[in-house]
Amino acid sequence: MGVGIRVENLNAWYGKTQALQDINLNVQANHATALIGPSGCGKSTFIRCLNRMHETTPEARVEGKVKIGEHDAYDGTSATKLRRRIGMVFQKPNPFPTMSIYENVAAGLKLNGYHDRKHLDEVVEKSLVSSALWEEVKDSIHKKSGASLSGGQQQRLCIARALAVEPEVLLMDEPCSALDPISTGKIEELIFELKAQYTIVIVTHNMQQAARVAEYTGFFLLGRLIEYGKTEKIFTNPSDKRTEDYITGRFG
Amino acid sequence: MANHALFRPQMTGPQPVAGEKIKRQDSPLLNASDGVFADRVFAWAILACAVIVLAILVLIVWQLVSRSQLSWHAFGWKFFWGQDWDPVNDHYGALPFVYGTLVSSLLALIIAIPLAVGVGVFTTEMCPRWLRGPLSFTTELLAAIPSVIYGLWAIFVLVPILRSYVQPFLAKTLGWTGLFEGPPYGIGMLAAGIILAIMIIPIISSITREVLAVVPQHQREAALALGATRWEMIRIGVLRNARAGIVGGIILGLGRALGETMAVTMVIGNRPEIAKSLFAPGYTMASVLANEFSEAAGDLYLSALIEIGLALFLVTIIVNALARFLVWSVTRGQPARARA
Ligand SMILES: Nc1ncnc2c1ncn2[C@@H]1O[C@H](COP(=O)(O)OP(=O)(O)OP(=O)(O)O)[C@@H](O)[C@H]1O
Ligand SMILES: [Mg+2]
Repeated sequence: MGVGIRVENLNAWYGKTQALQDINLNVQANHATALIGPSGCGKSTFIRCLNRMHETTPEARVEGKVKIGEHDAYDGTSATKLRRRIGMVFQKPNPFPTMSIYENVAAGLKLNGYHDRKHLDEVVEKSLVSSALWEEVKDSIHKKSGASLSGGQQQRLCIARALAVEPEVLLMDEPCSALDPISTGKIEELIFELKAQYTIVIVTHNMQQAARVAEYTGFFLLGRLIEYGKTEKIFTNPSDKRTEDYITGRFG
Repeated sequence: MANHALFRPQMTGPQPVAGEKIKRQDSPLLNASDGVFADRVFAWAILACAVIVLAILVLIVWQLVSRSQLSWHAFGWKFFWGQDWDPVNDHYGALPFVYGTLVSSLLALIIAIPLAVGVGVFTTEMCPRWLRGPLSFTTELLAAIPSVIYGLWAIFVLVPILRSYVQPFLAKTLGWTGLFEGPPYGIGMLAAGIILAIMIIPIISSITREVLAVVPQHQREAALALGATRWEMIRIGVLRNARAGIVGGIILGLGRALGETMAVTMVIGNRPEIAKSLFAPGYTMASVLANEFSEAAGDLYLSALIEIGLALFLVTIIVNALARFLVWSVTRGQPARARA
């Protein structure tokens, strides 16, 4: 089951440049939340702060509070433990090329110490079914490598890999930007189904996509969260002038 | 690849305008001035260089083959199984040298692989940025030291340490294996293996560094986002992707170790015997050539040495080709770049 995310006074830096300023936001459990905004406004930085990937960048720094469910993400416990509860899908599909499809999906489980063959088999199948890839690859999960799939299939493989550890939150950073419309459609459907069980935060440049999949939408501009609320409201009746300008295409 | 178009050869020099074209066709000599001629000369010169290199290679092989015929006819394949190296009775078997070359090189690999791969991983993945440059620079410098210097260092520093500390210790703890027994001379197979290891560490670690640097950053992020610890990230996101290239680096190191002459000759003991103990002296193919070639009297003696040379030549060529192929298959033409 998904959990909610509370972000309070979040600031993030790359070296001396501040990329995020005073972000406050509550992500609802078991819903999809879209983040939109012009390029460079800090959307990726923001979701990378949620699973503490931000700090893997040299010289990057974070201040503020992030609560994933009941747990404080920055309370000094290990980042790896946190990341095991949060799945992440990147803009560019990044399956492990030397691993088979099966090994790719099982990678997270193995890191968690599961090695029981039967258990792995079950979870791998279940994850590939939920990422809508199973039908296409079921005959070759041991034979084919992760790199031999098409771009859209690779992205669904990455989703399966993230789902296999049953995360409470799924972060997606422009998951469809490298994909054709058909694959994009598949992944959108998938997000629609997955949000029954997972809390999903998705970054997207495609406003129709945000409108299609997310109940809530946040608009970022220059490192600040300008407006956040029900998707319908943001797209039909935004309260901030800058949001309106952006979604009507007057800038960005 | 997408950027091929960038490298498509372009006509250089001024492009003729329509009117001029006709005039130039009339007088071919004029063409020389528009640079096409120079381009052609250049292309031929390059081609000639390439052909010369190949010709030299073929010539070497041919020389080695033709001049080792005598020994080949006398001993056949048994040459490589014979254990007797007896110039007095004009009877030659090369097994002790083959054995010495293989054992000293394998020993070198066993010692060098963990160290070199470790250094490579440390410089790309773990060490602070400011240390990266100096560290790779120093390891690279190790490769530039002439091998006779390594030999000297081995004689004056390594061998005494082996003799008085390492070998007695090994004999006491691991003597039961039979690999570490006999009088601790210092000089011998063990010293040769260690000095070879030190000499091939720079090659293996710099290749490791190169292939790790081309592992895309998103592979590291994929592993980290799954909750991998740093070491797990290195294992599944980095080493696994680069393993073919690392193996290539190791084989390249092996190629160097097989052919290394001077330093080994100085410490291996130069005795054509096959002994199980690594404390015992040995001999390698390269060392016997260096030591005995100038004083080889008699055609068969000379021919036997040349046959050893031929075998060494073929083995190192094959090993090197294999290694280059493996490294290439990983880096696949991408320039080695510093990781962001
Ligand atoms: N590794 C980095 N080092 C330094 N500055 C960075 C780094 N990554 C991002 N930035 C800066 O931080 C700011 C926010 O970048 P971020 O990647 O979060 O934007 P984004 O909203 O995801 O943009 P896009 O839609 O193009 O992906 C930008 O001004 C960018 O220049
Ligand atoms: Mg981004």
